[in-house]
Amino acid sequence: METALLVKELRSEFAGPFELTLGAGACAAITGPSGSGKSLFLRMIGDLDPNQGKVWLHGMERGSLAAPEWRKRATYVSAESGWWADTAIEHFAVNSRSEVAALAARLGLHPDLLDASIVRLSTGEKQRLSLVRALLQSPPVLLLDEPTGPLDEESVVRVEALLQERMATGTSILLVTHDSSQAERLGNQRYRMVAGHLETP
Amino acid sequence: MNPILLTPLDISVAASLIILDAVLSIWLRLRLHRQIAVAAARMVVQLVAIGYVLRFIFSLNNPAATLLLILVMVLVAAREVAARPERRFKGHSNLVIGFVSVGFATFITAILALTTAIRPQPWFDPHYAIPLAGIILGNVLNSASLSLDSFLGSVRRERPAIEARLSLGESYREAIAPLVREAIRRGLLPIINQMSAAGIVTLPGIMTGQILAGLDPLEAVKYQILLMFLLSGGSGLSALAASYLAAWRLTDERQRLRLDRLQ
Repeated sequence: METALLVKELRSEFAGPFELTLGAGACAAITGPSGSGKSLFLRMIGDLDPNQGKVWLHGMERGSLAAPEWRKRATYVSAESGWWADTAIEHFAVNSRSEVAALAARLGLHPDLLDASIVRLSTGEKQRLSLVRALLQSPPVLLLDEPTGPLDEESVVRVEALLQERMATGTSILLVTHDSSQAERLGNQRYRMVAGHLETP
Repeated sequence: MNPILLTPLDISVAASLIILDAVLSIWLRLRLHRQIAVAAARMVVQLVAIGYVLRFIFSLNNPAATLLLILVMVLVAAREVAARPERRFKGHSNLVIGFVSVGFATFITAILALTTAIRPQPWFDPHYAIPLAGIILGNVLNSASLSLDSFLGSVRRERPAIEARLSLGESYREAIAPLVREAIRRGLLPIINQMSAAGIVTLPGIMTGQILAGLDPLEAVKYQILLMFLLSGGSGLSALAASYLAAWRLTDERQRLRLDRLQ
């Protein structure tokens, strides 16, 4: 399997050093207690928090790309989704309504939600929409921070099916989850984060 | 018409009104008489002191001394701007942002007014430069501190939205733009209110002062209009500078949102 994401001596003030090799279309699932540095690890790879060390994507070193370009390729989806406009659809590219609606429907979201005011959406609806937002840009690496945290069982199944489909077409996923059975279902590689260090169980 | 000069006796008559306040306080048990006395004494001492300082600087008529006094005034204003927001930067960034935004706006507007509209001889004559700088400073201080407060107050709340945009590959400039816009807007509101209320709700202080000093009302109005334009320009410049400097201070070479630089 071709290596998609390669992480070497990635560290910050609070965690690391981390080493990771992730193949194209593979998923590394990370579990571990709250505050152990799971989110921080994803944020460091996405270059959202200060960090040292090197990260490559398909042989291209992170520093050779401008930060926005890097984040388009290794996209972090936060556990707490962020919104800046009034309605959901305004958070997507213009003229992308049909694609958004199609992908949202796969996650069990009614198309009417796209015109609803963001403040009226539930946490779970927002979480799924933020995943749709990231998936539409088709990044080769997804950094997913508890993507199914606030979801009901049926929605979890839908999200996992969509993620598996993306993996089959070559998307690599780094998944932080509190659900160890989800880690087993999706993760080809499984890790446990303990006090800022990755351990193989 | 010459201004009517006040004698010490005239002022003592007015001072009896302070005694009236104190009597009221004792009679109604407001327990304010000590504060009234201290505040009145401070006011008199501070104003007499600045009167002597101004008289001294005017007599020197030396551009360096004028500049030095204005710099001290800018520094005091910068401290006010820095202290106002509830959220602050670690280290001295608040003070630096206050100094640069207030100083930049004051110097540009004051020099513009002195060299084009008012044109005293020489243009840096302290009789004009110092009062003008003082009026502008009071206003740009207000705008800069409102802008800085608005930006620093909203940036933490909006963190998920800003970082979501960064994660999707937007630049920091795009992701932070709504906050910067809102901060600049906040800084400009007071001067807009002041301009719309001028002459109807309020008789602006400068105009009132000049009329009292014997100037024809229409001449005083012209001065006031000039001043309002200067103040709106100064407010805009300082709001712009304070907002952009704060936004710039919260990011780094990898376009991250660096909230760790806040206290």
